[in-house]
Amino acid sequence: MRVKVLSRNPSDYARETKADIHRIQRNVDPVLHPLEGAREYQRALNAAKLERVFAKPFVGSLSGHTDGVYCMAKHPSVLSCLVSGSCDGEIRVWNLSRQQCMLAFTAHSGFVRGVSLNTSGTTIISVGDDQCIKYWPLETSQLTFSQKLPTSTIMGKTVFTGIDHHWSKPLFATCSSQVDIWDESRTEPVHSLVWGADGVSSVRFNPIERNVLASTGSDRSIALYDIRGVSPLRKVVLDMRSNSVAWNPMEAFNFTVANEDSNLYTFDMRRLDQALCVHMDHVGAVLDCDYAPTGREFVSGGFDRTIRIFPFDQGHSREVYHTKRMQRVFCVKWTGDSKFVLSGSDETNIRLWKAQASEKLGSLAPRQRASLDYNNKLKEKYKEHPLVRRIIRHRHVPKLVYKQGKEKKIMLLSRKRKEENVRQHSKPDRLPPRTPERRKHIVSVVA
Amino acid sequence: MSDMEHSSSSESEKEDREEPSIDKYRRGDKLKNLDHVWDRKLKSRLKHFEDRREKAAISAAKAELLLPEEPGFLEADGLEKTYKFSQKEIAEAVDIASAQKQFDLHLDKFGPYRISYTRNGRHLVIGGARGHIATIDWAAKRLGCEVNVQETVRDVQYLHNETMFAVAQKKYLYIYDNNGVEIHCVRKQMDVNRLDFLPYHFLLVTVNNYGELRYQDVSTGSFVAEYKTKKGPCDVMGHNPYNAIVLLGHHNGVVSMWSPNSGAPLVKMLCHRGPVKAVAVDREGLYLATSGLDGMMKIWDIRTYKLMYKYNTRSPAGNLCFSQRGLLAAGQGSYVNIWRDVHREKHKMPYMKHHLLHSGVSDLEFCPFEDVLGVGHGRGFSSLLVPGAGEPNFDALESNPYQTKKQRQEGEVKALLEKIPPELISLDPQQINKMDGASKDVLLQETLDEMQKEEKFDPQHKTRGRSSSLRTYRRKQTHIAEKLRELKRKKMLARQKESREEQSSGKRTALDRFVRKTH
Repeated sequence: MRVKVLSRNPSDYARETKADIHRIQRNVDPVLHPLEGAREYQRALNAAKLERVFAKPFVGSLSGHTDGVYCMAKHPSVLSCLVSGSCDGEIRVWNLSRQQCMLAFTAHSGFVRGVSLNTSGTTIISVGDDQCIKYWPLETSQLTFSQKLPTSTIMGKTVFTGIDHHWSKPLFATCSSQVDIWDESRTEPVHSLVWGADGVSSVRFNPIERNVLASTGSDRSIALYDIRGVSPLRKVVLDMRSNSVAWNPMEAFNFTVANEDSNLYTFDMRRLDQALCVHMDHVGAVLDCDYAPTGREFVSGGFDRTIRIFPFDQGHSREVYHTKRMQRVFCVKWTGDSKFVLSGSDETNIRLWKAQASEKLGSLAPRQRASLDYNNKLKEKYKEHPLVRRIIRHRHVPKLVYKQGKEKKIMLLSRKRKEENVRQHSKPDRLPPRTPERRKHIVSVVA
Repeated sequence: MSDMEHSSSSESEKEDREEPSIDKYRRGDKLKNLDHVWDRKLKSRLKHFEDRREKAAISAAKAELLLPEEPGFLEADGLEKTYKFSQKEIAEAVDIASAQKQFDLHLDKFGPYRISYTRNGRHLVIGGARGHIATIDWAAKRLGCEVNVQETVRDVQYLHNETMFAVAQKKYLYIYDNNGVEIHCVRKQMDVNRLDFLPYHFLLVTVNNYGELRYQDVSTGSFVAEYKTKKGPCDVMGHNPYNAIVLLGHHNGVVSMWSPNSGAPLVKMLCHRGPVKAVAVDREGLYLATSGLDGMMKIWDIRTYKLMYKYNTRSPAGNLCFSQRGLLAAGQGSYVNIWRDVHREKHKMPYMKHHLLHSGVSDLEFCPFEDVLGVGHGRGFSSLLVPGAGEPNFDALESNPYQTKKQRQEGEVKALLEKIPPELISLDPQQINKMDGASKDVLLQETLDEMQKEEKFDPQHKTRGRSSSLRTYRRKQTHIAEKLRELKRKKMLARQKESREEQSSGKRTALDRFVRKTH
């Protein structure tokens, strides 16, 4: 007879010394793990709840300005440096890791309409209500400078409303009643690009196709220019004015505009007759937007005192941040390490928020990371189940935003119903055409 | 040359061993045909998902190499038969540590014993019918606690770990600590005959002399469900570990399957021509073994409810138990017969036999993760060696026989966090992951029914004199009118869609051009 009875050596299953961790014997045979579906569902529910428990996105606020923060600029190479300009003409340079102001000086009399840094980050270029462009030197290592006077000042003919620097060349663009391209060493613009608008409110260079720039005009248009050519490229007219443009840093031809009708529109530069996506969630005018360095998400700040984070291809926001103290958000930025979001608002504070509200900052142990990855995957897998979905989507918003959101929904629904009824009751040869939402808000495309 | 041949044959053996095992890690069929998916992004995502699933299955199958233990076996040479070997012979042929697992406890005075093992197989509780209760760490032969409750004990059951066990005593159900201290006396459970525990739901299932089935959540103590089986007293109970369905055997030969979500049994199977004496389901939820007073032992495929094999055991088997590796133990009077591979073919003789002198089997349970069968009988308890019964490789995150105190505490907390709500118990355990298979009309009808349900609408009491009775009445009527309008609209749309579909599907005749088009 041949016989063997299962006998385990207990020392194989015990740890060798007290300093070791305990041994966990694994067997992934599904027979040993019954009721997998229900258990995973329960874990997904717990993961969603824990995410909401740990969602504490507010990191800190940078206070110091004495009037609303109007514009911000990121340093091209130093992650922790931020330059902000306020409505009383003051410019401040901040160190984000210490949350401290490094430099503060009065730059303009009147609003500081735009700040920008050159490609090496050694000069701050600012424009303001006093029709001047001013250059300020910046020593990045110590974030100081020796003299509190601009190295040079250029007087312009009209009030400048925005500025943006080229990503590699020593050129920058300003906008007033037209778009001017300046060279850093000259006092007269190199080009002037005019196309019909009375005023241009913002201008942005494309980070990938660096010779292309987009501008938003007061004639509700968004115009695209190429600085190599003399004439502008093309223009798309929407039904309401756009406040700001942001280019996608990963996809060369896509850009997003923040519009007054509380929507954001993502366009493909090559095909302006139809938006790629309409992002609807704000209840007031959207004042600024900025993309994450990954190109997968962007942040927008609006007149309704909230900032929202949208995925680049989806129509609704995944996150909304608000505080009682934060009033109208004038400018938003996404930091260069793609982990934080900055918002500059009317009540003189710049707030620093986490991009992922329940993210654990700092270095994580490998087991922690594995556990968080597992929880994220579970939430992704079960996100359509009603109970899990309800918890994942739950966000508290201020009462006004909630009520206005509901009203907006009712209004849109009733408009839709009316259109449907018109279609139901009109003759077949006179059916009104169905326009997709992406085309509805576009008035015309001008080449 | 012979070495190469040997290695290649062993490789092909390994491949043979690997090939079938990938199937068990796949958890369902592959998505073969993706041609009908129009959306290109969705198609690429599905393809990517399928690739990763396949890779996961292959790497899980490869990880089988890392498993340290091999299952036990008992093989007879030549003319010998495996059922001729006695426990004594096996204990002599095996190493000392395993031989110590074969022992008898002679407890004559306190009547037939009911037994229960913990989930990880370390601890054992035995309860004699005359009131003797003892918990033992049976491998180390260490007594945990010993108590005489001075009352009839009908059944004992360990709860989620060794710290708590439930005892069905003469009148009520009691829950004890691992020190023998009585923690709870549950007066609502009266005259309980049989106990069972669903570990992932923390549900204690009881059936009593009045034929009432109760599900109690032991983490909160609340009663999840109480149903009257209306079939008289019941003392045959088992559960299906694959989907947590409870099976009861009744006096008319019917085996019924219950879940806490419905007051009527989900399935009723007529199994025997007399009362059902025992019921057991294997670990994977594929096979059901039943035995009745008519002397038959039947093996059923529980997924199709079809009879597979029937054995005519002259004396009825009063106890049945499946081991983790599919061995079936049947207790017939003073004999214990162990059958192997009952699902594959009808065997003429069992795998092993054991005869208890002067006593009859009152309870059988295989110890998890060990090659041991525990037998409670009229004169105490016996632990028998059954090579090949236990699962050799456990998963420490499920149940760990070598757990430390800290691991036990953490495990308890984790298990409570992942406790499955009883609403998810159904015949198909994967139902939570499946799409609602109902057709569009059924779904529409359901939404219409929901809307039609009369909900009590209480208009909000407004301040500053705006809540006069007339205004409140008007507000209520507007709400009702809006609901009705929505309902009518939906019904109209549904009817229009139906008529459109009818028209488009109908054949065109010559007279069709005179039909006025509605769209």
